[in-house]
This record gives sequence, C-alpha cells and structure tokens, in this order.
Amino acid sequence: MNLGQGTIGDGAVAVAVRAAEKVFPNGTRALSPIDLTVRQGEFLSLIGPSGCGKSTLLKLIANFYDTTAGSLAWWQGDFSKVGQPGRRLAFVFQEPTLMPWARVAANVRLALDLEKQDGEDPAAKVAAALKQVGLADFAGSYPRQLSGGMKMRVSIARALIDRPDLLLMDEPFGALDEFTRNKLDLDLVQLAWQRRLTTLFVTHSIYEAVFLSTRIVVMAANPGRIFGELVVDEPQPREEGFRNSLRFVKTCQELSAMLAEASRQRLDA
Amino acid sequence: MRGGLWTTLAPLLVGIVLLCVWEAACRFFEIPQYLFPAPSAIAASFQEHWSYLLTSLWTTVRVTLQAFAFAVVIGTLVAFLFVQSRFAQVAFFPYVVLLQVTPIVAIAPLIIILVKSTSVSLVICATIIALFPMISNTITGLRSVDPGLLSYFKMKKAGRLRTLMRLRIPSALPFFLAGLRISSGLALIGAVVAEFVAGTGGRNSGLAYLILNAGFQLDIPLMFAALGLIAVLGIVMFMAMTALTQLMLGHWHESALKDNL
Repeated sequence: MNLGQGTIGDGAVAVAVRAAEKVFPNGTRALSPIDLTVRQGEFLSLIGPSGCGKSTLLKLIANFYDTTAGSLAWWQGDFSKVGQPGRRLAFVFQEPTLMPWARVAANVRLALDLEKQDGEDPAAKVAAALKQVGLADFAGSYPRQLSGGMKMRVSIARALIDRPDLLLMDEPFGALDEFTRNKLDLDLVQLAWQRRLTTLFVTHSIYEAVFLSTRIVVMAANPGRIFGELVVDEPQPREEGFRNSLRFVKTCQELSAMLAEASRQRLDA
Repeated sequence: MRGGLWTTLAPLLVGIVLLCVWEAACRFFEIPQYLFPAPSAIAASFQEHWSYLLTSLWTTVRVTLQAFAFAVVIGTLVAFLFVQSRFAQVAFFPYVVLLQVTPIVAIAPLIIILVKSTSVSLVICATIIALFPMISNTITGLRSVDPGLLSYFKMKKAGRLRTLMRLRIPSALPFFLAGLRISSGLALIGAVVAEFVAGTGGRNSGLAYLILNAGFQLDIPLMFAALGLIAVLGIVMFMAMTALTQLMLGHWHESALKDNL
C-alpha cells in the first residue's frame, strides 16, 4: 500500500484541516478527528464508502457548517478572508443547482451579482465563462431546456466565473451517464491544469478519481476518517489516452484494494 | 389540431348544446317559470332588469375585489412574518387555522353586529374566507427553496434581504400564484355568503341580496339571471388569475408550460 506523502503539490498550503470533528445535532458522528493538508495546485479526490463523511468534509471546507471540534485554516487565515484575491473559493454541487426561472446567462451571472463587484463588463465575463464550458450558444436558454450534462456545465461556468483559487466539487458528475461523465472529466482536468486550480473533488468512482487526481485520499466509515492516500504520478496535462494505459489500470487496482480494505475496517467494533 | 382555438370552442360548444337541451326540455314538459325557467325567460328577465342587475353586480364586484386585495396583502405580509420569525409562526399559526376552520356563516352575524357599516363588514367576512390560502401557500412557497441554492447563497455571503429577493421570492412565485387562484374564487364566495347572512339591502345591495329578494317574490328568472352573473364573475376572475400565472411562469415553471398541456 502506498501511504507516501508524495512529491506533487509542494506549493503553499491552501487548506489545513487540523483534528476537525463533526457531530451532527442528531448525534451522528460524521467525522472523527481529521487531519488534511491541501496544497496549491493539487487535484485531490476524496473517495470512500457511503457514510464515510467525504461530503461532510468537503462542506466543512466550504464553511457550509462549523466543526464540532478542531480547526480549519484557509490560506493560513480564517474564513472571513476567503473571497479576497488569491483566496477565492467556488463550490459545485451534486445537482446543477440552477435557478429554473433564470436563463443560463443569468444563472452564471448570479456569481457576480452576489459579489457586487464592479469593474470588468459582467456580460463579457459571462460570455467567456460559457465559452469555456462549450455553451456559448445556450446563453439565452432556460435550464429545463438543457440536458443533465449541459446543466452541470452551466454550474461549472458559474463556479469558474468567480476565478476561484480553490474549487470544491461534490460528486458533480454522479448523476450523468458514463459517456458524458468521461467527457466532462477530461474537460475539467485540462481546465484545472490550465488555470492552475486547486481542486477538491468528492467521488464514488475509482476510475474518475484516478483519471483526475494528483492525490487520492481514501476514507473509511463509522466514524468517518482518513484511511490512507495514494499519489497518482501521471504527468500533466492529462490526456484521454491515460484511461487506456497500463499505469491507469494498475493505479485503479491499487486504489480498489485500498477501498476494499477501508470498507472492511471498523473502528467502533 | 390542438391549437388555442379548439380549447376555446369545445367548452363553448358544450355550453350551447346544454342551453338548447334546457330550453327544449322546459318547452316540451311545459315547466312553469316559477319552478324552473327556460334560458329564454332568464334572458328576458335580464333584459328587463339589466340596470338593477348591473348595479348589484358592481357592488358584489367591489366587495370581492376589496376582500381579495386585502387577503393578498395581509396574507403575504403574514407569510413573510412567519417565515422570518419562527416564534411568530409557532405563536400565531394556530389562530390562523382557527379563523380558517370556523365557518364564516357562524362568525358573519357577529361581525355584522360589531361593524357599523354593512359594506365594511361584508369586506371583512370575505377577506377572512380568502385569507387562508394566501398565507398557507405563500409560506409553503417561501420555504420551498432548493437547499443547494440556499447553501450557495450562504457561501457567497449573501445577506437576508438579497436571499429573499433573489431566491425566496422567485421560488415562492408558483405557490403564491396558486394561492391567488384559490383566493380570488373564495373572495367571491365570501362576498356572496356574507351578504346572504347580512340579509340587508339598502342603497348598495349586491347580487346575493338580489337573489334573496327575487326568491321572496318568486321571480325565479331574475334569480337565475343573478346567479348567471355570479358565475360569469367567478369565471372571469379565474381566467384573469390563470392569465397572470401564464404571464409570470410561462417561461419556466412546469405548471404553466404550454407543451405540458
């Protein structure tokens, strides 16, 4: 098993999670103390069996709710400084999470509207973001007129228009068919590389995790904790050909074995 | 073809056929006018009493619209209050329900005694009837916000007002409009029922009093003419609300999409 700390992502620390715990008001212990360091430029995937708290961990980092114990630091500061240049954060949900009453352009623009920034022409920014996800021709459509994959692209455009330094994604392609998912994965991994994005990605799919990530953190359930990690030492930018390579298959096997072990182990026994 | 013309023509055709059957049956069985008048007799009565009928109609329309307006304004405000404050909802909602479940015919005499002006008491009664669907629907609407979008607004550090304007109100719109459709009809029912209970005429009496009076005088065709006007008023209000819904939701909400019909 490869538990090495790895050499990728030796940049500055983007997020530091220190002994963070999460117990929900109903008593569910979602996360036992977690230590995790995310470095700038990493593409880090969280993977594990259902109930392992990977989504909870991501939402803690997004500050959707507070930790029960332990601490989190964003770029060595607290959350109040998030949003400043160089410390921008964006979240992509499991669902596209679009406003059904607004056109695609207005949905993407929402990110800017809520920031109340002035300066650059928002319409031009929206157009650029939509072009980046290949939806330049759909600015005037309503979400209901788009396919699942296209809605997800709108959601990604809304995240990208913020020019995030840290992109958090919670199983964004889980509901899509495999073909669409593969296409979006390729677009995402290349985009993340071009923009030097730091990305935290929650997934259920071994293949997706291996294809996208520079580092994979395997989590175990009952209570949610980090079981181990795996560095994917594949050069950037990733190409579609990686999927068919022997390295890919081997890494998938390794990850699969780790996951099987993580699913077997229980701490509370 | 399933165009718009057909959806207008079909109900119209049914109506005409029913009227013809009605007329024919009345003539064939020689039913006396004071029992069940034929459409022609109702039309004749309308022609004879049109100014009386239209004056009464205007009174009923006024009471209905005033009550409807009050119900919408009060209902929406109460809903906003309840959604903003958990305490307000817990403390006051049972009384809103109480107002809803108590039959208006039981409260109306009390209101009519307490309030001096008959027209004001009629509006109060009709408002009480029309109020509940507005409160209940608007609350449901304001709470039916996509939790993901709510998280998104929170992450973007959007304030309460901004979240209300950009997220809660648009999300609530379909429910609010459904409330309007129910409430407009109830306002009319309230206006008519309250006038029946009040049973007063005076200078500005409405269609309900006209029906009561016509009943006393066994002028059944006039009764039917007034009844017809009430029905038309109800249909017009319903159609207006449907058109408003179409206008505001037609481009996005499932309930109003043309291709779903």
